[in-house]
Amino acid sequence: MSDLHAHSTSYVRQSMLPETDPPTAETGVIKWLRENLFSSWLNAVLTFISLYVLYLVVSAILPWLLNSVWNAGSLSECREILAARGLTGHDGACFGVIKDRWHQLMFGFYPPELYWRPILSFIIFLLAVMPVLFQSIPRQTLILTALSPFVLVWLIWGGSLWLPLLIALGFVLGFVAYRMLEGVNGILASLGAIIVPILFWFYALGPLAETLSSIIPLEIRSIKSSDIGGFFLAIIIGVAGIVLSLPLGILLALGRQSDLFILSKFSVIFIEVIRGVPLIVWLLTASLLLNYFLPPGTNFDLTLRVIIMVTLFSSAYIAEVVRGGLAALPKGQYEAGDALGLDYTKSMRLIVLPQALKISIPGIVNSFIGLFKDTTLVLFIGLLDPIGFTNAIRASTDWNGVYWELFLFVGVVFFIFCFSMGRYSLYLEKKLQREHR
Amino acid sequence: MSSMTEPPKQSFRLSQLIYDTRYRSMTIQVIAAILIALGFAWLLNNTIQNLEALGKDFRFGFLNNQAGYDINQRLIDYNSQSTHLRAAIVGMLNTLLVAVLGCITATILGVFAGVLRLSKNWVVSNLMAIYVEGFRNVPLLLWIILIFAVMTESMPQPRDFRGDEPVASMALGDSVAVTNRGIYIPRLGFENSLGASGAEHQAAVDAAVADGTEVPPPPSSWADWLVLAGVLGASIFAARVVTKRADVTQQATGIRPTTWYIRLGLIVIPTAIALFALGATIVQPYLKGFNFTEGVHLRNSLIALWFALSLYTGAFIAEIVRAGIMAVSKGQSEAAFALGMRPNWTMNLIILPQAMRVIIPPLISQYLNLTKNSSLAIAVGYMDVRATLGGITINQTGRELEGMLLMALFYLVLSLLISGAMNVYNASTKLEER
Repeated sequence: MSDLHAHSTSYVRQSMLPETDPPTAETGVIKWLRENLFSSWLNAVLTFISLYVLYLVVSAILPWLLNSVWNAGSLSECREILAARGLTGHDGACFGVIKDRWHQLMFGFYPPELYWRPILSFIIFLLAVMPVLFQSIPRQTLILTALSPFVLVWLIWGGSLWLPLLIALGFVLGFVAYRMLEGVNGILASLGAIIVPILFWFYALGPLAETLSSIIPLEIRSIKSSDIGGFFLAIIIGVAGIVLSLPLGILLALGRQSDLFILSKFSVIFIEVIRGVPLIVWLLTASLLLNYFLPPGTNFDLTLRVIIMVTLFSSAYIAEVVRGGLAALPKGQYEAGDALGLDYTKSMRLIVLPQALKISIPGIVNSFIGLFKDTTLVLFIGLLDPIGFTNAIRASTDWNGVYWELFLFVGVVFFIFCFSMGRYSLYLEKKLQREHR
Repeated sequence: MSSMTEPPKQSFRLSQLIYDTRYRSMTIQVIAAILIALGFAWLLNNTIQNLEALGKDFRFGFLNNQAGYDINQRLIDYNSQSTHLRAAIVGMLNTLLVAVLGCITATILGVFAGVLRLSKNWVVSNLMAIYVEGFRNVPLLLWIILIFAVMTESMPQPRDFRGDEPVASMALGDSVAVTNRGIYIPRLGFENSLGASGAEHQAAVDAAVADGTEVPPPPSSWADWLVLAGVLGASIFAARVVTKRADVTQQATGIRPTTWYIRLGLIVIPTAIALFALGATIVQPYLKGFNFTEGVHLRNSLIALWFALSLYTGAFIAEIVRAGIMAVSKGQSEAAFALGMRPNWTMNLIILPQAMRVIIPPLISQYLNLTKNSSLAIAVGYMDVRATLGGITINQTGRELEGMLLMALFYLVLSLLISGAMNVYNASTKLEER
């Protein structure tokens, strides 16, 4: 049948046609343009409107950036340089202000001969967070990370090294107490882990530090908190708040979810009160009212007060995020923990929290970003953060009238920090993704 | 019988408080309660001691004293002879004003940006991504101060509008003046204003006509606005009733009567009649002396706070809207198309109701954030509750404890109210599952 068919007709073409290019409308740039920019008349209108907006913005900003002046000691000098080029004061950016006030914007009034200390502490900080951020780094380095806060505090504020070392020793003592009492009873061990360090800090710390520093004085020049400012201050408050608020937030979330009536009600009230009132009010409380609540005569550092307030504030937000993660976890996971015979601590630590925290990563990082942005509010209680310095610079006679350049700079620096935090959370989410898609 | 099944009675041992799970939670709670109570007692004791040492007491009587300071933006009558309480209320109203204005514009901006970010148009979606990321990652305070600086330092002075060849000119047909002291926009005045202001205006007009001087612009009072709002509300209610009846007819007969012109008429005609009866006229701002007069004066502080809050919160709302629309699975719209629904019906009846369930709760918490962020008014000197009650009043009376407590309570009550409303909404739209 088939061979007969082949002989009788040439109905089916026997030779291949030469290959041709696909229609121009279906390939390359033209296809992309048609599909992405001009798929309908509405889309075309939108494209043209946005291109026009883009043109307006770029044509306004680009010459201004290109004509920028970097070497000028004051706004009038900058305007003179621009005028010498035949431009008016609005045609070029006076980035000279950033160069002129660079050290202030970065370090505040930190003594210039000691700038190596903030820079070194920033490098140590970066090295210390690496093992936390990336799993591929050997786990043993986490011990160094745990030690780094004490070294950093010493480097930044100066004074005797013995004090931070002895505070660290308190934590070690607590851990030892926990290990020793663990065999006896879980609750007793936890109590010991809390009480032993507190007793140590209250009664042994002061005399020990004195004797040790009289034997070997490991002292560097101490710096007043009010001298620290600029981005350095923002990073100190932000990092301290982030590091301290995460554990507190998790504890609050667990408290809110727990069956223990008093603990859960206390957590709810704490979280709602903190979240219901703006951060400014809490910061003003820290600066105006804290002296009312503390024993008469106590007076401690404003930066420390701010860090405590920011931590409490952020922990309430993190608690809500973590609570969302805890609630989103299927009930079977909790029941599986119970079925395996794990006690509360173990089932939380090994089964529930790893999964709940994974779910809440985006929310937690968002609250971190919020916290870092909120560090700018400290300017209202007299600390000089970057925005505080921009105000001060704009009020000075040299740079009175400059605003775009400064705000652009501060904004870009904040953007870099916050945006990279956001990107890191996306990376982490992707890496921890266990479900198949 | 029952005595047989009862477990053998054991004497209670003290160690059971720690080892027995039945009692352990009780032990922990009692310890926690004692610790919390001790902590509060310590704080309270410290406060009492400190107050005694300073020779202060804890009373709210200062609220009835004369405030003695001026507030430049007020929604209710206030002068420096008024009490601190009234100053606080003026501040609260200012907070609410900027919060409401900000919520409205932020929602509009956010919905636009969120929908456009999902657009297939590459340029548009990327522009919106830049907007969202740019505003989300930079502190709100920076935006507020930046807008304030731009308004005060680069806008023309009122005197630039003067003369035959003015440097600056008013926008939108001589009705809006953008100056470095703020923006002046036209306002609505009522020739036949209700209440005392109407009679005063009539007398002033008669006097002006008799003297041959300039006729004063018509006033507006709260009563006028209440009447207008009442008429508008009633017409909207009537239009709703018409829609409901159309629904009923559709259910019964399958044919939906055309009602849009009835509804339009119901809303437009009574409002127009009310406006006409009140003698509504547009009062434009004009230059008088060294400054603009008449119209509504939007101060730089309000503008900076309002715009920055809207732009900043709008970026967050855009993300919420985007997530909400993406959360509706594609199968839903495909099912609607399979049922033969038109695209706009699919959007209105299938996608939006489901997306709203995802969008509304985080949207309301953004409103909450906006309201709390309005306390950043401190940066530009906007007279909100922080500036009156929590600022000048505290400084003048030295009542930090009471003032801060009241201010915190105000914000707390406000946010509890808003989140209460959110809970009611959540309960009403909850999916009925097993």
